[in-house]
Amino acid sequence: MKTTTDGSGDVRLSGIGKTYGSFTAVHPLDLTVPQGSFFALLGASGCGKTTTLRMIAGLEEPTSGTVHLGDLDVTGLPPYKRPVNTVFQSYALFPHLDIFENVAFGLRRRGIKSVKKQVEEMLELVQLGEQARKKPHQLSGGQQQRVAVARALINHPKVLLLDEPLGALDLKLRRQMQLELKRIQTEVGITFVHVTHDQEEAMTMADTVAVMNAGRVEQLGSPTELYENPRTTFVANFLGTSNLIEAEVDSRSGGDIVLRAGDGKLLLPEARCSAPAPAGGKLLVGIRPEKIALTHADDAGSVPEGRNRLTGTVADAGFIGVSTQYVIDSPVAGALAVYAQNVERDTRLVPGAEVVLHWNPAHTFALDAAQDIDAGTEEEAAV
Amino acid sequence: MAVFTWLKRRLVVIAGLLTLAYLLLPNIVVTVFSFNKPKGRFNYEWQHFSTDAWQDPCGVADMCGSLGLSLQIALWATIGATALGTMIAFALVRYRFRARGAVNSLIFLPMAMPEVVMAASLLTLFLNMGAQLGFWTILIAHIMFCLSFVVTAVKARVMSMDPRLEEAARDLYAGPVQTFWRVTLPIAAPGIAAGALLSFALSFDDFIITNFNAGSTVTFPMFVWGSAQRGTPVQINVIGTAMFLVAVLFVLVSMLVTRRRGHQKA
Repeated sequence: MKTTTDGSGDVRLSGIGKTYGSFTAVHPLDLTVPQGSFFALLGASGCGKTTTLRMIAGLEEPTSGTVHLGDLDVTGLPPYKRPVNTVFQSYALFPHLDIFENVAFGLRRRGIKSVKKQVEEMLELVQLGEQARKKPHQLSGGQQQRVAVARALINHPKVLLLDEPLGALDLKLRRQMQLELKRIQTEVGITFVHVTHDQEEAMTMADTVAVMNAGRVEQLGSPTELYENPRTTFVANFLGTSNLIEAEVDSRSGGDIVLRAGDGKLLLPEARCSAPAPAGGKLLVGIRPEKIALTHADDAGSVPEGRNRLTGTVADAGFIGVSTQYVIDSPVAGALAVYAQNVERDTRLVPGAEVVLHWNPAHTFALDAAQDIDAGTEEEAAV
Repeated sequence: MAVFTWLKRRLVVIAGLLTLAYLLLPNIVVTVFSFNKPKGRFNYEWQHFSTDAWQDPCGVADMCGSLGLSLQIALWATIGATALGTMIAFALVRYRFRARGAVNSLIFLPMAMPEVVMAASLLTLFLNMGAQLGFWTILIAHIMFCLSFVVTAVKARVMSMDPRLEEAARDLYAGPVQTFWRVTLPIAAPGIAAGALLSFALSFDDFIITNFNAGSTVTFPMFVWGSAQRGTPVQINVIGTAMFLVAVLFVLVSMLVTRRRGHQKA
């Protein structure tokens, strides 16, 4: 159960893809999950994340590519010969066996005779020692979920695969189980690959997140990196909310790109631009809602120099306790979302008020304008 | 008014008891008349108590032979129909193949078709094939009509089974054979058992189809029918009562086993 760094628990997917007839579920992709990490595959339903997971488990045969666990090529191995275990979305606990036998199943299949001590220890780890002789249907959803985790973990797999394991739980229990899973992962040090459509879940639990869309990995990185520096409109919109503004490259000054949006001028650090930016070219400028500050138009003079600024009218203000969520109508950029902490709130910022939006240029990012600006938003998902 | 409330409170119990009585009355009559000593050849009027028939259950010529034959046919028909039917049920639920829908409805047909029609057409088939009527034709016919019941019972069970359970088993180091014995079969078992029990009962007491396709062979239901023309020996009641008791015993034992298992687990 100790964490080793010899890389024997790395999961390496090379060119792995899956097609069903003419439908491509997963486009050939390369992915390396380092030993001992908590890795999340994040995406909307049907994006290929579960198929990818099932190919690692061996439950789905890839159309192309290979799966390596450390140095071992497992592509051709059936699931029962792979040192990998899965926690299924429906838990898939065996209804005819009690909790003890469910957890002991993997050990017994590998011909281990004295399972009692191990099973009891594992049930202790997930705090279900008292329930050993109950049948799965006698347990609550959260308890069943923990049995499913215990049943997989007892085999000390090189990799534990979790397929939306918290999907069936209510919100409160889900938060609790997120912490619980994270604790278990830290304790056992096994590589976890977690599939989820819940971006908050992925960000709170995982060290590394791969955002998938339409059978491809859009971007891979730490939660902070994905959030602060998205490289596609899908990632920008799917993880949290982004304001995307169409702008034209005007010139360069120092390490910054100067952009023109309507009659306004916006600065963008060159390093934060993920698309080629020739003079006269188009870009999508992005800024997260909580990075924007609002100042009433009467005080426009107090906005420090060097900040990116736009003007607009407050269209809507929603008070949600810790913050207020504004929608600002801007002649240049349409509707912009702004989240302001409720500290020293300016009471003049009510719908109809003229405001100046301003932010530190360092928070600006820019994307290739050739993409769908609405990719990954909720409106798009609803279609 | 008090009577009315009393009735209302116990309505379910009373209805249940009445239904039970309705179901069991014929069995009680059969049991009582197995202790009768009839005058003449017909066992339709109570004369006086005797255990003669119980002491000599095979005292009537050919009866125990036909009983043995019926049990034998029922056993083989159950084995054949359960094995085939279980496989068909799995195929119909698990796999997509051409004409799956057609097979699905064709399997159902023997249950819906009048038995006489099936019996007559089977006889035509056997005669045209030049088959010798007897044990084998009866067995083939029984397997055929039992099949539908087994398929229906097992299919319902397999359909409600989460395919992820078998994936979980494979994921937990169980090979295909172990997955089948440790997970698939135990979960499908209640459906298979129900199908097998139905098969046995249906085959054992089938008269119409058997009568058409038996040739000169005589099964127990045919023997009862034949003797009813000329007189009913008390031994028929003895056999009937014995069968009933065996069935009750089965139920009691299985109930005890499940209860004990439940206690152990709790």
